Amino acid sequence: MIRIEPRAAPAVGVARAAPLLAALAALALAAIPLSLAGADVAAAYALMAQGAAGSLFALSETLTRATPLILTGLAAAVAFRAKLWNIGAEGQLYLGALAAVAVGTGAVAAPVWLLAPMVMAAGAAAGGLAMAGPAWLKARLGVDEVVTTLLMNFVILLFVQMMLEGPLQDPMGMGWPQSEPVVAEAELPKLLDRMRLHAGLIVGLVAAALMHVLLSRTTAGFRIRAVGENPDAARHAGVPVGRVMVGVGALSGALAGLAGAGEVAGLKGYLTADISPGFGYAGVVVAMLAGLSPLGVVAAALFVAAVFVGADSMSRALGVSSYLADLIVAMALICVLVGGFLARFRVRLA
Amino acid sequence: MTDLLAILATESFWAATLRIATPLIFGVMGALLCERAGVLNLGVEGIFVAGAMAGWLAVWLGAGLAGGVLAALAVGALFGALHATLTVPLGLSQHVSGLAVTLLATSAAYFTYRTALPDVTSPPRVEPFRPLRPEWLTDIPFIGPVMGAQTALTWAALALAPLIWLLLNRTALGLAIRAVGDNPDAVDAQGLSVHRLRFGAVVAGSALMGLGGAFLTLSAFDAFFFGMVNGRGWICIALVIFASWRPGKALLGAILFGAFDAFQLRAQTQLGGLAPSQLFLMAPYVLSILALTLASRRADYPRALLKPWFKGQR
Repeated sequence: MIRIEPRAAPAVGVARAAPLLAALAALALAAIPLSLAGADVAAAYALMAQGAAGSLFALSETLTRATPLILTGLAAAVAFRAKLWNIGAEGQLYLGALAAVAVGTGAVAAPVWLLAPMVMAAGAAAGGLAMAGPAWLKARLGVDEVVTTLLMNFVILLFVQMMLEGPLQDPMGMGWPQSEPVVAEAELPKLLDRMRLHAGLIVGLVAAALMHVLLSRTTAGFRIRAVGENPDAARHAGVPVGRVMVGVGALSGALAGLAGAGEVAGLKGYLTADISPGFGYAGVVVAMLAGLSPLGVVAAALFVAAVFVGADSMSRALGVSSYLADLIVAMALICVLVGGFLARFRVRLA
Repeated sequence: MTDLLAILATESFWAATLRIATPLIFGVMGALLCERAGVLNLGVEGIFVAGAMAGWLAVWLGAGLAGGVLAALAVGALFGALHATLTVPLGLSQHVSGLAVTLLATSAAYFTYRTALPDVTSPPRVEPFRPLRPEWLTDIPFIGPVMGAQTALTWAALALAPLIWLLLNRTALGLAIRAVGDNPDAVDAQGLSVHRLRFGAVVAGSALMGLGGAFLTLSAFDAFFFGMVNGRGWICIALVIFASWRPGKALLGAILFGAFDAFQLRAQTQLGGLAPSQLFLMAPYVLSILALTLASRRADYPRALLKPWFKGQR
């Protein structure tokens, strides 16, 4: 008979090691689908490692992929700290990207040095507004934010498609549903010669540092955590729970919006309706792997990005479906959940 | 305008309504069963995908339509067992676990499909369910043609709602399931196992979700496409709240949603030039958010929903 007993105090060592162990366990479990697909498992792992970190180009690709994941991971981590379940980062990312092209294609006259910051700010503002709505509905009317944010993803994606086939369509785009490119001055600078890595990474790293300071060193951060841990107690202690919710929502959405603006201004240059292969949803995994810690988000985003970039490259070489990456990431999420459980409970064979 | 209203009087409109509602009925009944037992199941979106894929694959491999239905039920139950393990005995976050199940089920389905059929460009087709047209039905005006266009799975979905109602409201097991979602301590005091009841409800509910997915590939269409579920699972989660956790209202909600979706498809073809198609496609999602907002004021959540329960701990 298996007995489960709560630990008197959470096992700090287990909790600290859980994300790393979960990532390793998920990678190990990938051997099952790999061998079911008939691939040489050892060769597949080697190809994945090489594809993710085997050269300067590979590292640049992994960091490029990690850039939006850091921001969507932060979006989820900040919101989840307040137990605000923002699952809408995907939509907020697209709205941020849409605002970025609206501002960045030359519609707004501004000094040249201000253009790129304006594009990013527009993305953050659009994403923030997109999440402030569901947060307000949750705080004011008790509307379940999981469902509203999830459904908004579909509404926003359709809205983006509508804009790309309508007012924002590139007249020179041969009828493809894509926007005009942003003007050169609005683009984020590249960080490495002849590589795709761009200054969006720095935006992400600065955002992670700022979120770390916000959550651990400021009154606002304390209020966010208080609302997450026990809203009733927070309310009794005089915390304006509703306002904190809406504020966290706006902040979370803004981070996701920044991710979208960064993809447009740093990587693609223009907007299509497939600019994000699920960065918003992957952000949830990143945040959980990070234990909702903003600095941990950076490491977790690197891991998830490496899995995707490595699997892509392995997939091209061996013909194994690149959905393996999604599978590894999903298994990592489940493993980290179980790890969190083992930190709080003791399992005994009695 | 009268043209638009005339749509409502056509048999094909109501036939489409029931067709669109069918996967939602399976999904919403499954989600309702889980939530009445106190467990939110956000795995529904992914279980739809896995059920759709497994059902289709089984038929494609030659297991027959019954085999496809069984495969979808089994795959749904399997992912349900995973969600139940994480949330019931381990008491982990139902939100995160459910999302994890959705991610896992979706990627497992896509990976399996790509691995089983590496080189196909157009999705292979199977022979899907045919409409049931019993002799006595054809003579009934209006209802005859509407129901005559439906397959066995839609009939099953329509029968499922009253069965779930009967289970929850007229059986001892249903009473225990409801109690475990409202007041697990009382259930435990009666000597029943809270964990077993919750586990069972989640597995059974998830199997129904798997069947809802299979309807897409074995009845509504005859092949598996990437992205074919397209948010239907999330609609089910919204419908459960909209229905205030009551099977009858949930059935009505699913049919209303189906009617709205069928209407927008037809309005789109009639008014095609007047507005972008995306505006029509958006409407069902916007409507769901509005309905949820209106329903939330009087939402009567199962009191122990989202709350893990451990023996001897209050």
